Amino acid sequence: MLWRIARHLLAIVGLVLVGGLISATLIRLAPGFDTDERQLNPNLNAESVRVLHDARNSEHNVVKFYISYLRGALHGDLGISHALEQPIQSLLRDRWRVTARVAGFGLLLGWLLAVSLAFSVSLARSSGCELVGTAISGAFLCIPAAVLALLSVILNSPGYLAISLIVFPKVYRYSRNLLAKAYAMPHITAARARGLGELRILLWHALPVVAPQLLTLAGITVSIAVGASIPVESLCGLPGIGQLAWQAALARDLPLLVNVTILVTLVTLLANSGADVIVHMTRSRQA
Amino acid sequence: MRSARTLACVILLVVCVLSLAANWIAPAGYAKQFREAPGAPPSTQHWLGTDELGRDRFARVLYGTRISLLLAPAAALVSTLLAAALGGLAGYVGGIWLRLATGFTDLFLSLPWLFLLITVRALLPLNASPFVSVLITFLILGLLGWAASARVLATGAHTLRSSDFVLQARASGVRGFRLFAVHVLPNLKPILYAQFWISIPVFILSEANLGILGLGVAEPLPSWGGLLRELEGMISFRDEPWRLVPLILLIVVMTSFQTLLSNETEEVAA
Repeated sequence: MLWRIARHLLAIVGLVLVGGLISATLIRLAPGFDTDERQLNPNLNAESVRVLHDARNSEHNVVKFYISYLRGALHGDLGISHALEQPIQSLLRDRWRVTARVAGFGLLLGWLLAVSLAFSVSLARSSGCELVGTAISGAFLCIPAAVLALLSVILNSPGYLAISLIVFPKVYRYSRNLLAKAYAMPHITAARARGLGELRILLWHALPVVAPQLLTLAGITVSIAVGASIPVESLCGLPGIGQLAWQAALARDLPLLVNVTILVTLVTLLANSGADVIVHMTRSRQA
Repeated sequence: MRSARTLACVILLVVCVLSLAANWIAPAGYAKQFREAPGAPPSTQHWLGTDELGRDRFARVLYGTRISLLLAPAAALVSTLLAAALGGLAGYVGGIWLRLATGFTDLFLSLPWLFLLITVRALLPLNASPFVSVLITFLILGLLGWAASARVLATGAHTLRSSDFVLQARASGVRGFRLFAVHVLPNLKPILYAQFWISIPVFILSEANLGILGLGVAEPLPSWGGLLRELEGMISFRDEPWRLVPLILLIVVMTSFQTLLSNETEEVAA
């Protein structure tokens, strides 16, 4: 088990470091990276323009920039955002709570909706209910995340509702398919033949079969919620990490974007690996 | 299920034909401004009214549908070919190449799709001409959307590598790229087709997301993303319900794709 956790951690560190380097390289190669709108300000004298130009010089060599960034990060210094002119550490500290709240509530509500509907459809065992469930989830699958964010603005509803409606159809479809497969297993048929109630069959015989896969899906939905937080926070005006990522990308703010990429990759990988380790622990305990 | 699939096919066909015939159905075009009627409600002249700049909304929906429906399959083709080249070859060769390809796809998949897409699109010129912006948007979708397909194809190719008919071909002296092209690739076709079809609705939705955030196709060229961006100015649904038509059309088209895809993926799974 310890070896498994160590392997996951090693993979996470490797992927996060490479991800950060690729993100820095992409920004450096982007057309117009060298231009800084502040240099066009007619009120600045030649000396000020030169200082601004020199400030960007340190970012020309990506590898040098990345090594100095990592050295600073090890000492708790994540650099200064060019666009927002603030220390990145304080920006991330101020904003992570908003994203954690919006994405967390959204995930919770999305899962609650999806699992309740999937369980209800399984208990009802009617093709009509199945059709209704498929239609509702299908409709939400067809709506872009940004449209759901816009609709939540129009309806004056909280941002987490949009995230929950982005997560809901994916969780519902997957959990419904898993439950349908579990219900086709012989031990469920035997339980039903013995006269066990539908609720008991669901909770005692079907749910333990699908639980590990649902746990894996929980890790994946964290990534979906983090991705969805960009349009939701940007369009709903929520000052979270998603909005910060959006601003960093538009402003081509190299230090900020590298930090946000590393943070997003870290959260996604930790969620996926955490789910994987928990599933493995549960299985080895059962064995 | 069969009738649902037929209905989905008919809907997609009608939408495609209407969008291709946009020049005849809406001869005014997507960019012509009716300056005397900006923000006009539906009328016999403008079936879906006009937008804030006085452009015919019905014409823009038709032209926008054409762009999204033609270029999403093109982007899907690019991503499927990339996935076949990277994932298929790595799976076939195996060893260190397979591990490298798996690591690379892991890296791509560890970033949320929307985050990756928005970041890369924002790094490319945003004030490009409409034609260039269309190319950039859909090329990015094609170039970034290969990772999940490559993972599936790598697994498929790796399984085929040790199959009886490949071993027999190898024993008969067929080697290298010829073995891959003649014996492995044709057997990957069902997975390739499924990945191609799955990518189309994903790319349509992604373009819509980019367009709403102002990173998609540049004005005055319409696309579903740009058309849906109009919802931003809405205060309530009751005032101008006709502005919801692009969203309804998108839902109808996506539902049709889903109906067709459920069959396609079932066949591959079988």
